[in-house]
Amino acid sequence: MTSITAATPAPPRARKLTGAGRRQWIGLLYVAPAVALVVVFFLIPLGMTAWMSLHNWPLMGERSYIGLGNYVAILHDTRFWNALRFTGWYTLVVTIAIFAVAFPLALFVERPRPLTNLYRTMFFMPAVVGFASASLLWSWLLNVDSGLFSPAAYDLGLIDRKFNLLATFQPAFWSIIAMVVWKVAGFTMIILMAGLQSIPQDLQEAAVIDGAGPFARFRAITLPLMRRTLALALILSVAGSILAFDQFYIILRGGPRNQTLTAVYWIFNQSFVSFKLGYGAALSMVLLVILVALSLVQLWLLRKPEGLD
Amino acid sequence: MAQATSRNRRLAARIAEHSTGIIASVLFAAPIVWAVLSAFKPAQEARLPPLPPWPTSGVSLENYVTLNSFGDGLWISAQNSIYVSVMTVVLSVAVSVLAGYGFSRFRFPFKDLFFVLILSTIMIPFQSILTPIFLVLTKLGLHNTLTGLVGVYVTLQLPFSIFMMRNAFDAVPREIEEAARMDGAGNLTMLVKVMLPLVWPGVVTIALFAFLGAWNEFLAALVLMTDQSKFTLPVMMTALQSGRFGAIDWGAVQAGVTVMMVPCLILFLVLQRFYIRGLMAGAVK
Repeated sequence: MTSITAATPAPPRARKLTGAGRRQWIGLLYVAPAVALVVVFFLIPLGMTAWMSLHNWPLMGERSYIGLGNYVAILHDTRFWNALRFTGWYTLVVTIAIFAVAFPLALFVERPRPLTNLYRTMFFMPAVVGFASASLLWSWLLNVDSGLFSPAAYDLGLIDRKFNLLATFQPAFWSIIAMVVWKVAGFTMIILMAGLQSIPQDLQEAAVIDGAGPFARFRAITLPLMRRTLALALILSVAGSILAFDQFYIILRGGPRNQTLTAVYWIFNQSFVSFKLGYGAALSMVLLVILVALSLVQLWLLRKPEGLD
Repeated sequence: MAQATSRNRRLAARIAEHSTGIIASVLFAAPIVWAVLSAFKPAQEARLPPLPPWPTSGVSLENYVTLNSFGDGLWISAQNSIYVSVMTVVLSVAVSVLAGYGFSRFRFPFKDLFFVLILSTIMIPFQSILTPIFLVLTKLGLHNTLTGLVGVYVTLQLPFSIFMMRNAFDAVPREIEEAARMDGAGNLTMLVKVMLPLVWPGVVTIALFAFLGAWNEFLAALVLMTDQSKFTLPVMMTALQSGRFGAIDWGAVQAGVTVMMVPCLILFLVLQRFYIRGLMAGAVK
């Protein structure tokens, strides 16, 4: 490891650091820019969020300390709780949908065969396109007059009148689910594939010799050995979905009738449309607590299997 | 006989497999292909449903020209996006290489604290601290500037890219440095001349992630850039798609989406190896 001969706790100022000791301190200079950025753009804003949440803080004009007033207001803010409930429902549905598509795909591309690489690339392509680009693209495809789905269904005779997918809640919601699955499934697939590939081949072979069928093998070997991978894919999907904003803002503008406002969307509205910065900060704190709690669950799910390290 | 049936069965399985693969591939590629092809229709045709997706009355760049006439124009937003993305790449690579080297090779006070501090920012969603970021930028005189946006984007990249670079430096044997030190190389010379060539794949990976992150980011750009001349492509295109410049021109939307997607797709196809590497590094963490 490192040579730390000269780094013994020296009496302050008495001895000049020389050679290896001074060389070690230079490390501080190397990490200084990174630490400075994190302090300015993360730590300070984080502290400010907590501070602002205790104030009535308009964009212009006087701000005043109101203690826990904002938090009390949140308790009565039914639209925020509706947004939170919708976000939870969306997270649940989209996560199930992503896994239902990504897991079969991962099994499909796991083993190297002719064309597998091409398939992997094709399935993954939507994942490198941004959420904003994907949303703009689908807002066109979903458009009732100039888009693809409704006119195509009409031309094929599936419907007798053009149907506006974005006008009512259910079709709009499922359209977003379809778009997100299209965009994210390839990403989840790659993570699951890495987990599948890490399962030792001889375990599977031994099970075959013991007469285990494919379903028994999947249940007894694949699933348990993929626990950490599954947890990771799950966490990424859940955390991403709870913070969803782009697709609901761009495709639906929170509509129809404000039914698809997500938590982040509601905070955005309060902070940057109504300019209630203090209240927005309090809402942010609530969201932050939810996500940190989730991170703790994540650390627990991702813990190393007992006995292994 | 038995041999022939088993061969037939294997052939059938292979056909079933590849038809599944091809159908799924087409489904995943279709929306992208549809937009890219439709963007080359003349404006008149682009307004109609895209059936078929390719231009039937001649290829035209009309949509791109129209797009450039909205607001401050496509070209300004594209320039902003390029500037922000390139600066994010350059700065996050510079900061992460330095920090990765520092964390890997030196012992100094608060080293572990700093490292945990940087990594733990990944737990806090930046969406929840956007308002104070807005106020901090105002204080710094960086309100509504692309530089301010770059600062935010670089910070967002740090946990992943510093983790990545520290591991890359950890994998370089110390003997190499000691040999270079014998030859009288100073710290920085050592880093640039000796170490950098050895951790090059890691640098490409973090550069790629930084570019895609900055190019595609929407919410922070939407909140922090209030002046139209500072809009990045996603913000500008959303303004256009919301009808802020009059009736929505779907041909222009297709063209804009194409401009936004194509750089990401090209970079991914060329640097796929590095992208998957980064994903795996994140996944095994």
